[in-house]
Amino acid sequence: MRSRPRFWAASAFLGPGLLYLLAFLLIPLALIFGFTVFKRGRFGGIVYEYTAENFARLFDPLYLGVVVDSLKLAGITTLLALLLGYPTAYAIARLPHKWRTIALVAVVLPFLTSFIIRMYALIILMSGPGLINSALGTELELLYHEGAIVTGLLYCYLPLMVLPLYTAIERLDPQLREASGNLGANAFTTFRRVTFPLTLPGVLTGCMFVFVPSFGNFAVPEILGGSKSLMVGNLVQTAFLKERDYPFGSTLALALIAVLLVLLLIQAKVARRG
Amino acid sequence: MGKLRLVPLWITYVFLYLPILVVVWMSFNAGRSPYVFEGFSLRWYGELAANDRLTEGLVNTLIVAAGTTVLSTVLGTLLAVGLARYTRSKLLDAVALMPAVLPDLVIAIGLLMVYSLVQFTLGLWSVIIAHSVFAMAFVTAVVRTRLSHADASLEEASRDLGAGAFRTFVRITLPQLAPGIVAGALLAFTLSIDEFAIAFFTAGNTQQTLPIVIYSMLKVGVKPEVNALATALLLVSFTAVIAGQRLTKLGESRAHD
Repeated sequence: MRSRPRFWAASAFLGPGLLYLLAFLLIPLALIFGFTVFKRGRFGGIVYEYTAENFARLFDPLYLGVVVDSLKLAGITTLLALLLGYPTAYAIARLPHKWRTIALVAVVLPFLTSFIIRMYALIILMSGPGLINSALGTELELLYHEGAIVTGLLYCYLPLMVLPLYTAIERLDPQLREASGNLGANAFTTFRRVTFPLTLPGVLTGCMFVFVPSFGNFAVPEILGGSKSLMVGNLVQTAFLKERDYPFGSTLALALIAVLLVLLLIQAKVARRG
Repeated sequence: MGKLRLVPLWITYVFLYLPILVVVWMSFNAGRSPYVFEGFSLRWYGELAANDRLTEGLVNTLIVAAGTTVLSTVLGTLLAVGLARYTRSKLLDAVALMPAVLPDLVIAIGLLMVYSLVQFTLGLWSVIIAHSVFAMAFVTAVVRTRLSHADASLEEASRDLGAGAFRTFVRITLPQLAPGIVAGALLAFTLSIDEFAIAFFTAGNTQQTLPIVIYSMLKVGVKPEVNALATALLLVSFTAVIAGQRLTKLGESRAHD
């Protein structure tokens, strides 16, 4: 007869949280899926008539171009993060033991501070009369174009690249490198044939950690990108907040989720093979 | 070669900290320019207190963060205990963690649609509800980690001795979980205070949180008070993070005793 009170206890613990998630996570997600097939009302509401128009619009060169641009910007950001993050993580992993945690926390700490303050700081630094231009004596246009978006994304998500890379590199057995050296390989060959392949799972995780939030971002391009540069997130934002076109906004969001899911699946597959 | 290895590390540090340090430095500027330092002063900290938009935003943010902390900590803790002790469902585990993985934009627009369907007025409550969705996932994760270190046999003993589920939870489970719950609450608070994207969609026009206020100020031009505010916020974030880490460590070392 213990199962009955156990059922009530289980409901008491699980019930509130799960109901909350149902109401404010699962139902909203279902709405995003569901609204993609409906029409937009003339004044922003939703007309419950089926249409494939939203999906057709997705392949309009105008919108497809933005998707390609977003992939490009997120890709460049990820590549730069890897190029800077790998040697950074490598350097931390080779520090004396007592310094490692501090060095790592120092990389992560900015990530845990206010997003808008970090964006604000970049603007102060990079604006026309800002520190970079006055130090160099130049009048470079550092803000409000695609380069600024990449800088902003890199500034936000670099720590997410360093963390998994550090874990992967720190785990490496130093004897493997020694063995490779003893067998006549130079430093570069050792890196290419031994170190890098062994840390590949960390590389993949780091790339996902940077690519995923970069690709779906709307805030960084909104703040640093000026009025011309757009990413998928900005299209979603415009559809929802300016045009009140919920059906098309949902379709864009669904496309965004789909791209991210495909990437996650690829990553899972590659990781399993590795 | 040995010293050369540290070069990328220093590049990373300069890249990550230079913008922040410039803002902190300029917050003590006596002049009005956000770019040229004209001598030390605390003037902008005073002006900050007199700026109604910023103080109002700060109050709104603190209300939202407090509400989010309470709601997500209570729900997240119960959920963590429920998931660990009353079910083995992988699906429920995944649902509980999902908000932490989903792009914030997706959470934001989904909730915006729910709000508009039920005609819920946007304001501080709509942001609290939205923030709690993802904050809860983090609380659940932190408390579950703590729960996996806790001794389940103590709970069994309590039940065998005749205590009900509720009494066992309050007298045995909760005290063991306390450091994890506090760490989770701190995390929820920090996440909510800094959150931009979801608040941007769900705050509406009348009661805006601080990040949104700063954002709209950025659109029209940089005000020197923001430097002072940024410095204060950085201090709060750093303190909360370090306190959270200390607590987690303290909890872990106690759990291993």
